[in-house]
Amino acid sequence: MPLLSNTAVLLRKELQSEYRSHELLTTASVFILIVIVLFSFTFDPTSAESRQFGPGLLWLAFLFSASLMLQPCFLKERTNDTLSALRLAVSDPFAIFLAKLCANTIFLLVTELLLLFVFAVFYNVAVLSVFPKLALVFFLGSLGIATTGTALSAISSQARMREVLLPLLLMPLLVPVLIPSTEATKALLEAEPTLRWDWLGILIAFDVVFLTALWLFGEYLLEE
Amino acid sequence: MSQRIGRPAGFKFNNIEKRFGTLYALRRVSLEIAPGECVAVTGRNGSGKTTLLRIASQLTRPTRGDLNFSGLSDGDVPSIGYVSHAVMLYDELTAEENLLMFARLMGIPKPEKRAVTLLEATDLASRAKSLVRTFSRGMKQRLAIARALLQEPGLLLLDEPGTGLDTESMAWLVNTVRGLRDEGRTIVMSVHGESALSQLATRAMRLDAGVVFADTRSGATFQAVFAGTEA
Amino acid sequence: MAKTGIYTFIVCLLIGVTAYASFYVAPTESTMGLVQRIFYLHAPSGMTSLAAFLVSFIGSVGYILTRKPRWDWLAVSAAEVGVAFCTVVLLTGPIWAHPAWGVWWAWDARLTSTLVLWLLYVAFLILRTMIEDADRRALVSAFFGVFTFLDVPLVYGSIWWWRTQHPQPVVFTSAGLDPTMRKVFYLSWLSLTCLMALLIRQRYELEQSREELRTLEQELEAH
Repeated sequence: MPLLSNTAVLLRKELQSEYRSHELLTTASVFILIVIVLFSFTFDPTSAESRQFGPGLLWLAFLFSASLMLQPCFLKERTNDTLSALRLAVSDPFAIFLAKLCANTIFLLVTELLLLFVFAVFYNVAVLSVFPKLALVFFLGSLGIATTGTALSAISSQARMREVLLPLLLMPLLVPVLIPSTEATKALLEAEPTLRWDWLGILIAFDVVFLTALWLFGEYLLEE
Repeated sequence: MSQRIGRPAGFKFNNIEKRFGTLYALRRVSLEIAPGECVAVTGRNGSGKTTLLRIASQLTRPTRGDLNFSGLSDGDVPSIGYVSHAVMLYDELTAEENLLMFARLMGIPKPEKRAVTLLEATDLASRAKSLVRTFSRGMKQRLAIARALLQEPGLLLLDEPGTGLDTESMAWLVNTVRGLRDEGRTIVMSVHGESALSQLATRAMRLDAGVVFADTRSGATFQAVFAGTEA
Repeated sequence: MAKTGIYTFIVCLLIGVTAYASFYVAPTESTMGLVQRIFYLHAPSGMTSLAAFLVSFIGSVGYILTRKPRWDWLAVSAAEVGVAFCTVVLLTGPIWAHPAWGVWWAWDARLTSTLVLWLLYVAFLILRTMIEDADRRALVSAFFGVFTFLDVPLVYGSIWWWRTQHPQPVVFTSAGLDPTMRKVFYLSWLSLTCLMALLIRQRYELEQSREELRTLEQELEAH
């Protein structure tokens, strides 16, 4: 199926580019680390409080980091006008979005899981026992962030003040990702961890809605 | 350059208009390029040459009017090779990786072989594994043409392909375009005035402020078109 | 012209009647007293802003499908009117909450959702100011408009579920409305909806005039 094979080729290119430069992963990870450290100065990170505030702070850090990491997504396709080359080569323009959002999900997930361990050490929270379930929550949340973020990156690359515009547009849109992700993470870090399918349900709904919307309307964003 | 040729395609502009905000790039342009023609489009900066080529390549949607292709069988999609001002290549990938990626996207069978063939034809085989970032302007242009030729296009759109090329690269370009023309492909290239490149053309037209000012098809002489006079 | 005038008159009349009814016809609420009457402005404004955003969504979809500028004019007009009504909700909230319950703000589900909605559509309007080319702006903001409206039910859902999980004392309730109160509420809803339609119409015509002026200027420049 041309859409899937095109997506695979483009995804490979995105991963290859990042593998060579490490730009996105490095800056995103360091940024989240900085936010975690700074937050620790604003309240006392004793274990009980960390479990209460920690998930929220973690997801906020993820959101801010994502809004920075997603900036170059479409912007870098403008330098050599490679976007035009892609549009001419692919059979379905959605492949361009799909590949980028898959790549972004992977990048977000990698940095998030990495910083989860840092968080666990800094705030004395046990994460290993619930790691697979946490990974699921992080995956669904990251997919939502990546889907909307990739679309908004295409939008902001066409506007002025794009560095500020992308976070400004993205954050309110991601409220239905922030709340469920934080709540589900909180539930898994409690003394008796539970996997909250009610919250995951909202995340899944968000992902489905926006993936579909991007599929239906995405190509219009690439038009000239 | 290659053994097989994609069926030469032509195109027709019907009252095409393109507006960017308050600026009219093309105004009510109607023209027809027949399959196999080699056309040089000249004109000052801002006369609409790039817009004309981008609309023909279907990258840009016209504000008004429509575009039709000729020389195709029913249901065929035109196979177009486009070379623009910008290099349209990934700096962080090698020459080979660039061609392979685009070949796979286009669904070209045996993409590795095709990439090697084109790298050889554009004299870049020795630099196949080098990052495009390290290439000179001339080399990048050659690779851009290789990319445009991946699909064996019946229609080639070249936007000021000679810009920034040294004498040697320019000679290579003229030779290459001559070869492509002789293979029967339709070529439309925008140029900045008379040159060895424009002399390859079988037809010339001049754009001025978004309209076709003169056309050798309509009786103007080549000199007149390039001189910018009406005769 | 005359039609707009008559319609405007009717809307003013309706609003006048609603205001009167809110103060003199509706019975006084037992616990909160006078300040409760702001409910007749607060709640219907919320519903009206949602209706305006729905109209904006229709405009956005219409533009994407047809590329006719009037759909874009509709989208921006309705979005601005929606933000205006949203602002009313957010201002009347604290005005009601403080005398009635002693807090300026309560993170109750509806008010919080309205706040996020306000942020979303303010972002929409800001996006529009960041793109100069009219056609590009129309297409890009139409896309964002679609995304924003699709987010609305998810915002309401997630915030409502969040509040259900962490209950707080319920404020801004319209539970236990006495029949007369209910009638005044519906009257207010009707007049605000009519006001919304009028404002959207006026704003739309303003946008239309602006664009027509711009087109004329362009054609003048071209010749």
